[in-house]
Amino acid sequence: MSNAREEKAAKIRHLLETEGPAVEENTLGFNSGRYESVSKLSDYEELKTQARSIKEDAIERLPELIDALTETVEANGGTVYIADDAADANQYIRSIASENQAARLVKSKSMTSEEIDVNEALEEDGVDVVETDLGEWVLQLADEAPSHIVAPALHKSRSEIAELFNTTFDPDEPLETAEELTMFARKELGALIEDADIGMTGANFITADSGSIMLVTSEGNARKSAVVPDTHIAVAGVEKIVPTVEDLSPFIELIGRSGTGQDITSYISLLTPPVDSPVVEFADSNTAFADREDDRSFHLVLIDNGRLAMREDDELRETLYCIRCSACANSCANFQSVGGHAFGGETYSGGIATGWEAGVHGYDSAAEFNDLCTGCSRCVNQCPVNIDIPWINTVVRDRLNHGQDDSRFDWMYDTLVPDEESGSIDLQKRLFGNYETLAKAGSATAPLSNWIASQGPVRTVLERVAGIDSRRDLPKFKRNTLRDWFDSRGGCQIAPSSADREVVLYPDVYTNYVAVSRGKSAVRVLEALNVHVTIPAVPESGRAPLSQGMVSTASDRASSVFAALAEPLDAGRDVVVIEPSDLAMFKREYEKLLPAASYDRLSENSYDVLEYVYGCLENGGDPDSLRSREIKVAYHSHCQQRTLGLAVYTTAVLEQLGYDVLESDVECCGMAGSFGYKSEYYELSMDVGDRLKDQFTTDDAQSRTVVASGTSCGEQLDSLLRRSPTHPLELIDPI
Amino acid sequence: MSINQDNNVTDFQQSLAALDVDVTYTAPAAFAETLASIVQGETIGVPLPFDSISQPEWIDTEVTPAKLNAAQTSVTPASLGIADYGSVVLDSTTDGAEQISLFVDLHIPVLSAEDIVRSMSDAVGHLGPKLRAGGSSIIATGPSATADMGALVKGAHGPKDVHVIVLTDETDGGNNE
Repeated sequence: MSNAREEKAAKIRHLLETEGPAVEENTLGFNSGRYESVSKLSDYEELKTQARSIKEDAIERLPELIDALTETVEANGGTVYIADDAADANQYIRSIASENQAARLVKSKSMTSEEIDVNEALEEDGVDVVETDLGEWVLQLADEAPSHIVAPALHKSRSEIAELFNTTFDPDEPLETAEELTMFARKELGALIEDADIGMTGANFITADSGSIMLVTSEGNARKSAVVPDTHIAVAGVEKIVPTVEDLSPFIELIGRSGTGQDITSYISLLTPPVDSPVVEFADSNTAFADREDDRSFHLVLIDNGRLAMREDDELRETLYCIRCSACANSCANFQSVGGHAFGGETYSGGIATGWEAGVHGYDSAAEFNDLCTGCSRCVNQCPVNIDIPWINTVVRDRLNHGQDDSRFDWMYDTLVPDEESGSIDLQKRLFGNYETLAKAGSATAPLSNWIASQGPVRTVLERVAGIDSRRDLPKFKRNTLRDWFDSRGGCQIAPSSADREVVLYPDVYTNYVAVSRGKSAVRVLEALNVHVTIPAVPESGRAPLSQGMVSTASDRASSVFAALAEPLDAGRDVVVIEPSDLAMFKREYEKLLPAASYDRLSENSYDVLEYVYGCLENGGDPDSLRSREIKVAYHSHCQQRTLGLAVYTTAVLEQLGYDVLESDVECCGMAGSFGYKSEYYELSMDVGDRLKDQFTTDDAQSRTVVASGTSCGEQLDSLLRRSPTHPLELIDPI
Repeated sequence: MSINQDNNVTDFQQSLAALDVDVTYTAPAAFAETLASIVQGETIGVPLPFDSISQPEWIDTEVTPAKLNAAQTSVTPASLGIADYGSVVLDSTTDGAEQISLFVDLHIPVLSAEDIVRSMSDAVGHLGPKLRAGGSSIIATGPSATADMGALVKGAHGPKDVHVIVLTDETDGGNNE
């Protein structure tokens, strides 16, 4: 392994050992809480659509909204400062502290304040800055960074926090339980809030029509920070503005559910500062509230720090719709294993952090963790504003590949063969990105190529030069491809004239060159249902290069695939796809890569193979023509197949044919295409896989036949369980 | 009350039950007696804006910071209840209702059954004009809570318990609990 890869692997290994257990327990809890909470919302999808359109509109009208908000806040008696960057914001905040001769500033949790490092700036002036959110306070005492955007100390266990408090404060009786720790923190922080001079909060949303800030909390510290002292500073990114109070409604319903899985948090503060309520002046503790004459001051510090440039960037703009709920982190299999200290940049963590870090801190910060998004797409349906988070990760990866140049894509064809990338792309990425070329060559020279590739010295070189982990088995290429076999048997056994339907079976690279038997099963299953099948030469879908951030290569593949399929589509044939990651290209990513009409035509007429079988059976197909067996199977569907809502068809078909199906519910197997082959990520990939292994080694599952839809899931299950999985098609193959 | 409003009241009660938050329905005539059976220790509050009732004399409504820190219970009005969520809306006022609802161990919001709305968007619809007129409100749902110390604990910075009192119309007869 190269030094850089070994360093990365060592960092991940350390986090897996130290923080992994607490991160896993907490994120899995949030993740299942979200599924449960949103399932109770009858209008969940409608709320997400509403939320999305409010943010789209607000970002579109942002300059106008900033002006309107400024006018409203000033009319209310507050001030607005628009800070170009962190230094500008900090300078302003320091001047407020200085004017107020502030000795102490109490803060509620705010990621935007972390982004600008305001604590450090104020501490330079001798201001005592106190984080009052319990999790943030723990981190302040421990001098650590947040590992999660909503639950910042989620990587710390109760016993670690107890040890921290006992060491720092040396209480008479050592603290132990969560109750004791919480009450201790409440008392300590309560005293610090009492004589604070300034309260600082963030803002989850700001309404331009009323000048109100919305704060989403459960502890009550934000309420105290905002109203106990007479001076309130709110720090927020410019993207937090929405036009009206009424626009808040869908976000109130979605944010808690999407984040920690609570239907709603304890407090949704809707403050229109400077507020009318009395300052809680403990130095004047005997004057009744009703008798006070307070003159509160309020400063809204709106941070640009790269956001207005993100707004002009067609690919990064979506990031500004993010409401920082953490759903993309909690639903991410890699995040569930390592947390934000690996899957995060300078400030932000989780899937969407790539967009934030690239936009506010720059591409170097995004480069640190961008590879950890495998494109599994499980976060896509979880995002309450429907951000295509994997796409943002892909775009940033592409820009990093091309020397961190954030200008428009270079769609120009490069004469480089076989890919169309300019710039100097990492060899590992180039190798995985050009898997089709490898597969063609490997198949043409099989079995010699397999023998050579399996030899120790070759594996050593592959690991050293390309970072392909030698602990992984490499795919074994077949000399006789699916298309060779299909031609040699004389094509389809069902004549078009007597067939109920006609399809093109897409020969994905893996099925054509490696897992040929599942392709043969597909042909026989479709024929049994009286379907006429053709298998034309169609290029690789572009999934392999896209996952390495090679967008222009993927775009070129998309065009070639469409060109090869346009005629059969015109002839009314359906496109049937075995490999879910390729089908997901047709149905999701091609929207970004093809003209709209081409995308619509291909995506609307493409089907998951078991979805197609299901449709045939529903429309009079004879189930007796397929192999029914009353056996027990453990089925792992594919992450992208589940995102498209297509996994249900496999289960339905198997159950209809008499199989007893136990389905896994992990977000991803951990292999995720090429990810698990990369030496720096091998251990993380196996750690993610352990959750699947646990589900398939229970008493009920361990003797079941293991079934998987995806190629890489199959490889991963093979190494996790040492039980070779089979494809659902091979189960129901009538031969 | 209309059938719709009856449904809102019933669902509000169910939402609170799911949150493990106590709720007591009381007719105005029985309010003081009901309240006396719920409060614990030193009790503070603000004057209540309902025509049919007022704070009993034994509740201290001349609240100072010192009393705020010493009190265990507070009684403040809620301007809305939200049936779908079991939330109450606590308005910010010059006599400190928001602060008084926050520092104590037990908070008792008092709500008129007529003010229970169905949904979050209904509630936000009511709040829009108030916020545009400069007002501030808290949508409070259950007690203060945190899971930051390794397990869910109630009373992180705010009340450990909430007990909602819903005032029913005298003519409806009311139903205690």
